[in-house]
Amino acid sequence: MIEIENAHKSFGNLEVLKGINLNVEKGEVVTIIGGSGSGKSTLLTCINGLEPINAGRIRIDGTEVHAKTTDLNKLRQRVGIVFQQWNAFPHLTVLENVMLAPRKVLGLSRDKAEEIAVKQLTHVGLHEKLSVYPNRMSGGQQQRMAIARALAMSPEYMLFDEVTSALDPMLVGEVLDTLKMLAEEGMTMICVTHEMAFARDVSDRVAFFHQGVMAEIGAPDEIFGSPRKPETQEFLGSVR
Amino acid sequence: MFNYTFHWNQALRALPQMLDGALVTLQVAVLSMVIGLACAIALTGFRLSGSRILSGIAAVWVEVARNTPALFQIYMAHFGLGNFGIHLSPYAALLAGIAFNNAGYLAENFRGALKAIPETQTRAGRSLGMNSLQAFRFIVLPQMLRVAYLPATNQMVWAILMTSLGVTVGMNTDLAGVTQELNARSFRTFEFFAIAAVIYYFIAKAVTLAARALAWRMFRY
Ligand SMILES: Nc1ncnc2c1ncn2[C@@H]1O[C@H](COP(=O)(O)OP(=O)(O)OP(=O)(O)O)[C@@H](O)[C@H]1O
Ligand SMILES: [Mg+2]
Repeated sequence: MIEIENAHKSFGNLEVLKGINLNVEKGEVVTIIGGSGSGKSTLLTCINGLEPINAGRIRIDGTEVHAKTTDLNKLRQRVGIVFQQWNAFPHLTVLENVMLAPRKVLGLSRDKAEEIAVKQLTHVGLHEKLSVYPNRMSGGQQQRMAIARALAMSPEYMLFDEVTSALDPMLVGEVLDTLKMLAEEGMTMICVTHEMAFARDVSDRVAFFHQGVMAEIGAPDEIFGSPRKPETQEFLGSVR
Repeated sequence: MFNYTFHWNQALRALPQMLDGALVTLQVAVLSMVIGLACAIALTGFRLSGSRILSGIAAVWVEVARNTPALFQIYMAHFGLGNFGIHLSPYAALLAGIAFNNAGYLAENFRGALKAIPETQTRAGRSLGMNSLQAFRFIVLPQMLRVAYLPATNQMVWAILMTSLGVTVGMNTDLAGVTQELNARSFRTFEFFAIAAVIYYFIAKAVTLAARALAWRMFRY
């Protein structure tokens, strides 16, 4: 379970997160929507400890992320993250991209790591691309590879930050389908997205962020069907 | 007007001697490159260390190496250090001067290569649970090598050509030194230097081609 308690985060004088409270249960899919600069990405990078927080607390299965004694490298093995820019490692083949962390971080043998990598790549539909270098693939394929790379660490939680925003419209579908598949398999996920149909479709709950505050959270039908806050209504009006 | 008669036979008879010199040239160049690489790695470490003294040393080294003539750098190694009681043989002074020059250029090259790898690559590695050393070793370094490789091979060619400056500090066993001595004895200046130029050309060309072949094997992406 991910527990976020009154999380505050500032960059210099700019307060980006103004006291976020959110619990995500095992197996739950929560999507975060909201305008640009509302703090969605920042929250994700705070959850896996890539960014420190200024106040509050974030716990993952009881482990406090920002405690001094927490081994972040260990923690990140349980919390995968995929970014808008997929950050393929260009010097490694698709298979090697996915095998790298299992080998070097988990210390698995080459054979075992390869077995896991092939399995994950097959899962996201890239089994024919194993020995290809990333620059020979489309953005959608590279993004699916990045998802497989994160999954190869067998994380218990996955964070997705607008993973389709940098893709050509034609390639969005294949990546969203991959996310849907993961959701159906019971992966615990937090997805930041601008794809409203997707949010409506896969989410257990949808959270709307506005200027560093979680203005509203609820079931997809509530948020999309009868939003209570005027900010939410205005945002949804603007993206439709 | 033009009354110089060519005597190629005499010059060609000295070819074996000149080829021996060429081996010395290649040896100095390779050694200077190895030492230069080691120093450049250390300088890069100094620059990243955060220590003002270490990064100061690195900055001065790089500035001097890149902005003064290589000839002065070799002179300094020979006559300059001599003033402080450190007497280097012509061979050692030539090697030290070129290694100093190589290190400066290579350190700058490494700095550029490091900058060329986006921070997001490290971030992607860290978010997979790698520590900073692992992210550097497995993600940043291999990509840096590719960026730094071509300028480094250029420096290698440059090092070969710089060895000819050794004659100014009394080096007489490398290709330029041997040629100079043959010339002084026979006055067949044009013939000897033309042959030497051709040999330099082929060494430089061979190194470039070998480096390219190696790059083709190493960098598959
Ligand atoms: N490393 C940083 N340093 C300084 N300011 C930052 C940094 N990262 C984000 N910010 C600022 O924090 C605010 C929130 O950024 P964040 O990326 O979390 O927004 P977002 O909700 O993800 O927006 P978008 O939909 O555009 O991705 C923005 O004003 C941004 O400029
Ligand atoms: Mg964002």
